[in-house]
Amino acid sequence: MCCLSKEKTMRVTIDADALRSDIRDKSVKVLDIRKEEDYKQGHIPGAINFPLSNLLADDSPDKVVQYAQSFGIDDETPVVVYDDTFGALASRVAWTLQYIGHEDISLLDITFGTWKKLGLETSVEPPSLGKKTHSLKLQPEILATAEYLMPAKEKGAVLVDNRERLNFLEHHIPGAINIPYRMLASNQNVLRPKEELKRLIQNRNISPGSEVITYCGSVGTLSGLGYYALKSIGMENVKLYVRSFKEWNSLEKPIEKQNDANYWDLSAE
Amino acid sequence: MPKPKINWAKVEESEKFAEMVKLFRQGKINRDDFRRFRLQHGAYGSRMTDDYSMIRIKIPAGEVYPEQIEKIAELSESFSIGNAHVSTRQNFQLHWVALEDVSEVMRGLTEVGLTSREACGNTVRNVMCSPIAGVCPDEIFDPTPYAMAATRFLLRNPMNQSLPRKFKINFTCCEKHGMARIADIGLIPHKVEVNGKSQNGFKIFLGGGLGAQSFVGHHLEEFTSDEDLLYTIISVIRVYDRMGNRENMARNRMRYLVNELGWEKFQNIVLKERAVVRATQSVVIKLELDKTSEVLRKVSISSEMPSHPTGFPRWLKTNAVKQKQPGFSIAFLTLESGDVTANQLRIIADIAREFSAEGRIRNGFAQDIVFRWVRDEDLPKLYARLLEAGLANPGALTMASVIGCSGTTSCNLALTNSHRLAKEVQRKFLELKLDEDDDLRDSTIKISGCPNSCGQHEIATIGFYGGGGRLGKDMYPLYTMSLGGRADEKAMLGLICMKVPTKRVIPTIIKIVEIFKSEKRPGETLDSWVHRIIDGNGGPNVKSLNDIKELLKPVVVAPTIDQDKDFYVDYGNDGSYHAKTGRGECAA
Repeated sequence: MCCLSKEKTMRVTIDADALRSDIRDKSVKVLDIRKEEDYKQGHIPGAINFPLSNLLADDSPDKVVQYAQSFGIDDETPVVVYDDTFGALASRVAWTLQYIGHEDISLLDITFGTWKKLGLETSVEPPSLGKKTHSLKLQPEILATAEYLMPAKEKGAVLVDNRERLNFLEHHIPGAINIPYRMLASNQNVLRPKEELKRLIQNRNISPGSEVITYCGSVGTLSGLGYYALKSIGMENVKLYVRSFKEWNSLEKPIEKQNDANYWDLSAE
Repeated sequence: MPKPKINWAKVEESEKFAEMVKLFRQGKINRDDFRRFRLQHGAYGSRMTDDYSMIRIKIPAGEVYPEQIEKIAELSESFSIGNAHVSTRQNFQLHWVALEDVSEVMRGLTEVGLTSREACGNTVRNVMCSPIAGVCPDEIFDPTPYAMAATRFLLRNPMNQSLPRKFKINFTCCEKHGMARIADIGLIPHKVEVNGKSQNGFKIFLGGGLGAQSFVGHHLEEFTSDEDLLYTIISVIRVYDRMGNRENMARNRMRYLVNELGWEKFQNIVLKERAVVRATQSVVIKLELDKTSEVLRKVSISSEMPSHPTGFPRWLKTNAVKQKQPGFSIAFLTLESGDVTANQLRIIADIAREFSAEGRIRNGFAQDIVFRWVRDEDLPKLYARLLEAGLANPGALTMASVIGCSGTTSCNLALTNSHRLAKEVQRKFLELKLDEDDDLRDSTIKISGCPNSCGQHEIATIGFYGGGGRLGKDMYPLYTMSLGGRADEKAMLGLICMKVPTKRVIPTIIKIVEIFKSEKRPGETLDSWVHRIIDGNGGPNVKSLNDIKELLKPVVVAPTIDQDKDFYVDYGNDGSYHAKTGRGECAA
């Protein structure tokens, strides 16, 4: 039983064909993390709208459990999340559900934009929601806090900043390495194939057993994607510093930067 | 759709690179050996850190295909800063790539046949060729196949893996367009009659180059037949490899060897070497010239166009010229200091497919991009497309198209932010519509962030190189200004005029234009006026460069830091200026 549930959580992403068949079987709850107005224009059939802003307004575990229950998600319900923001918003929601103890959750491996481009079916019908009961079993081993970072780092944890390169050069948490979120995706999919991601990690001399903590600019979206990229290649000990650099900065913790270079002036924006 | 004809890549090199980075990080290879390896494969260290690289992607003859441009866009988003940079030697550069990802970028490049191999280091660098070769109204024949064949022969060739220093080869189309006299080997197509038969060949110039000390190249011989071309290139490289200075880093380019030996002696050695090379090659070696004639595509434009796009006449005047082939034009795309975003690159790739009958682009000599084989009647639509993408800046072929090296944005040697300054000057020129002024059209502004000449300041009408100045104990950024540089058949290096504080560069240029306007004779351009003065034929008010200097003095006066704090701050910085450099790995 334990092994079975582990196998389930290994399914970090799900492809469109598998999701479509799960939808036909009505064996899955699909969450659409886009804004309400975008959702209303059309969404994957049966998907429930759960804009990220709703979650961020109150992401306390109790509130998240309430959300899950109101969507008809119980402890055993397979959940698939998608967005139109290269999987980052969906990742943040997925991580949050995982944090309250939900085990069976996957990212759709393409964005809604790609889904549409592929000509797959969409719907404007609102789904029917039946209330279910969901337990609360917090998973603190996937969460990192500001206090946790430096001691963990001293014990060998790798701190990964998933913001874009120029932001990273401008300032970052001391000792962090940069894996910009754009590195994680391939042309079509929100995550690169496993063998490519593995190579990127190997090139950095990070061993599969390492503890890794991801963070980004403010609310843990880009680093949520970073979290799932690492999970997808079988890394077990990955944590998300969900309050990310925004909190770190506001706590006036030490910051590192790449000094004496005007890299911003290379941008043609 | 045309596909790249030559695959320059080798996938093993990316695997090897990844392996070497790991060994280096584990301390199993020393820093100097690793640096040599890294440079050989086209990756520089970045300003103040070896943890990031600038990857230089070689574009032989500047010729690049849409799928290659799209790949560069993708790689810049994944591993760089979402921007690429077009260099003055027709390369694409990706900045601030993590050392650990360089191998991934190389791997991506191999998918589209590109390489960064020998783009840096003590090797033969990208072989350049005029971006309008093949369509230039003044050319005798198209030198592009020769540039490609020379690259094919030299890339990864053991003979040039460890030269005393870098080595540059430039092909041009004609006397007017190009840089034949400021390269180690510069070549201009030439034709002679031999026994009533017309023979293709080149005028070859040796030992030119820009740097802390610059030289104009020497003409090797009246005519070098194309059969002798490869022998000549091999001979020059062999002589340089044998005799060049390997001790003193500051004097080991070939131009110093030529200067030390004296031209006649060097010329003799090269000609003798060529006789030996010719006589002792055990196998006849030849350049593999691609002589298949180009098949032009039928172009069909789907772009919608507003009936009268605003700004079109100005753009047409300053960015487009007619080809030698009737009915077709060349359109130049000017980029601010050569910078272009990933999205813009994708649009450029689309435009090449849609508008160019040859279905590809060339990188130019001026950090610019060139569309050729555009039907004259399609130019308004092309302009409208560029406008949408923010790529329709006018002034590409005018003084408004300013060159700026990478400066303190990424280079270890830079003293000033020349990159940003070039952008600022270009913006000011366009704002004042100086690009439309015919008197300024054939003049140039080029800016380097240090005395090394990656920004090519010495061949500019108005050239600048960066440094630091001081008033009391306060330091401020400044540039040394030279006037009268040229790279054409009357090639000469600019003469140093005076020091100009960074924040006075724009007012100084504008003042020079003003002085010129009040002094010029009918029909005279800025460039020809400056040369009249240098030649000693100035007017009553401005007789010499010294007189120009006198008139500029009030513009360049340094205020105290209390009077003007901004004067002491370089572009792109918050705090006061301090000169700071790291270890150089060489240039641009």
